[in-house]
Amino acid sequence: MNALRSLPARTFIAAAVFVAIVATGLIGPIAASAGPEELLGTAFTAPGADFLLGTDHLGRSVGVQLVHGVRTSLYIGLLAGGIGTLIGVAVGTLAGYLGRLADEVLMGLTNIMITIPSIIVLLLLSISLDTRSVTVLGLCIGAVSWPWTARAVRAQIASLREREHVDIARLSGERTWRIIGVELLPYMLSYIVMAFVIQLYGAILAEAALSLLGLGPTGTTSLGVMLHWAIAWESIRGGQWWVFGAPTVLITAITFSLLLVQSSLDSVFNPRLRGRKETA
Amino acid sequence: MAFLRHLLRKLGWYAAAFAAALGLNFFLPRMLPGNPVDTLVAASLGRGASSESKQRVYETYIHEFGLDQGLWEQFATYVGNVMRGDFGTSFSRYPADVSTMVADTLPWTILLQVPAVALGWIIGNLIGAVAAYRRGGFDRGVYLTSLFLSAAPYYCLAVLLLYGLAVALPLFPTGGGWSFGMRPEWSAAFAADALSHWFLPFLSLLLVFIGGQAIGMRSMAVYEIDADYVGFARSFDLPDRKIVAYIFRNGMLPQITGLALAIGTLVAGALLTEIVFSYPGIGTLLYDAILNKDYPVIQAVTLLVLIAVLAANFFVDVLYGLIDPRIRAAEKGER
Repeated sequence: MNALRSLPARTFIAAAVFVAIVATGLIGPIAASAGPEELLGTAFTAPGADFLLGTDHLGRSVGVQLVHGVRTSLYIGLLAGGIGTLIGVAVGTLAGYLGRLADEVLMGLTNIMITIPSIIVLLLLSISLDTRSVTVLGLCIGAVSWPWTARAVRAQIASLREREHVDIARLSGERTWRIIGVELLPYMLSYIVMAFVIQLYGAILAEAALSLLGLGPTGTTSLGVMLHWAIAWESIRGGQWWVFGAPTVLITAITFSLLLVQSSLDSVFNPRLRGRKETA
Repeated sequence: MAFLRHLLRKLGWYAAAFAAALGLNFFLPRMLPGNPVDTLVAASLGRGASSESKQRVYETYIHEFGLDQGLWEQFATYVGNVMRGDFGTSFSRYPADVSTMVADTLPWTILLQVPAVALGWIIGNLIGAVAAYRRGGFDRGVYLTSLFLSAAPYYCLAVLLLYGLAVALPLFPTGGGWSFGMRPEWSAAFAADALSHWFLPFLSLLLVFIGGQAIGMRSMAVYEIDADYVGFARSFDLPDRKIVAYIFRNGMLPQITGLALAIGTLVAGALLTEIVFSYPGIGTLLYDAILNKDYPVIQAVTLLVLIAVLAANFFVDVLYGLIDPRIRAAEKGER
């Protein structure tokens, strides 16, 4: 707890911003009086008494879309981030603990996957899907985002494996999965939490990038989808700042706050950084 | 000799990655159920076309993709065509040649990305090293700014810059590669015009990249500062500039690896920046192709990006082997 107290104030601000955005995504769609696709007013109405955040090119309320978009983006982020972390930890743990051939094969695959930009693989996957539900999109993103986690986890496990308590467990005939579950993974928990935050961050960005390209979830809105229409309908050049501004500010706020929280967690969990807090 | 072995082993890995890339590029879009040509011909020709020309287009594609053959034979045809630089015919701009469309847009993307990466890498690393060395308020400022720049996705910064410096304050053109009414040619007037259109997308890439590099370098240099050689240099009252130069050299090596790993994300991100500015490069070509479901163009662009990323990675790997004596030593078995 002492470590938490010594964190810089910006950590708590960032965490508060993120929690506020999550609350918006949870409560907003329930509180909103209309659906995101409903045409409520004239196109490109500036923010005012009728529409707090104005309307877009079709006359849909930007505010209503925004709360639904935040929910979609967070849902995809959580789903994809969870899957990515799960696969990454599984692959990394197996490679690091089993060593030898399994290590060579799994890490070879991981290194190839790291070299190939995941957004390109996602793009190729998405164009082959005619309808992309939010869940399918989340699954796809999770399926390609694990290599970074796998590589980092493998390095940790490979050094943990050499500890004495692991040797003892192995000599006393424990099964492999029990050694991994009881002797190795508990030591990795803080690490896995941080990996998950990074995965969440990456997944939200991946969804936004895909949607921007016009390959976003069908039948619903997300922050990336909003940005896609804002650009397609020239709202930047038209000076309708509320249309492109709202999703831009929210994507940036989500990613910036997540990165700040992650870097602060890093300074708590990582003993090499702990002594240097005053400069960070 | 040792370096040659390092090179050969790397080459083997990249050959495997290239094969995987080709396979993904070919097989993923073919997971589409049914015959893609049917849907595509219907979608791309629309109602206006006569049944005769429909039939002609249909046969072109069936033949081009070798859809009358088995899947593996199709793959062989595809690989053969790609090796000859033949990416087929565009759906949306039939009968335009995809290779020509890509060749027309590629120089714009290269002119945008290469200077941004090179300059951003140098400036970012210098700022990071200086921040770690100076500490205090300057360091905090650099850290938070860089974190913000690298956390905001490329296109968000691009959107903000475009609105701020071209719409709200009309200092720069609002996008495109050149002004309306001009044609690409080798003249001073066109060069000046193109440069003014190039500047904003370039700036937006540069800023993001500086941010990412500064953060990486700063966290490397933070460790270097505690190293003995820095204390030693300080005790001799060496000028700060010189000590930072030492730190820079030592922190640089991991940063080169970082560059190799980041290149994929970087190239893909830069394509999205082009879309925001309607810059006439590969990114905008890809965007239009996706909107028009122009599969040959999409596949040509994705393959090109995959190849470029692999080539850049390989180049950085070779460079790394050349400048880091430890790699050569490890290959010789000295460590």
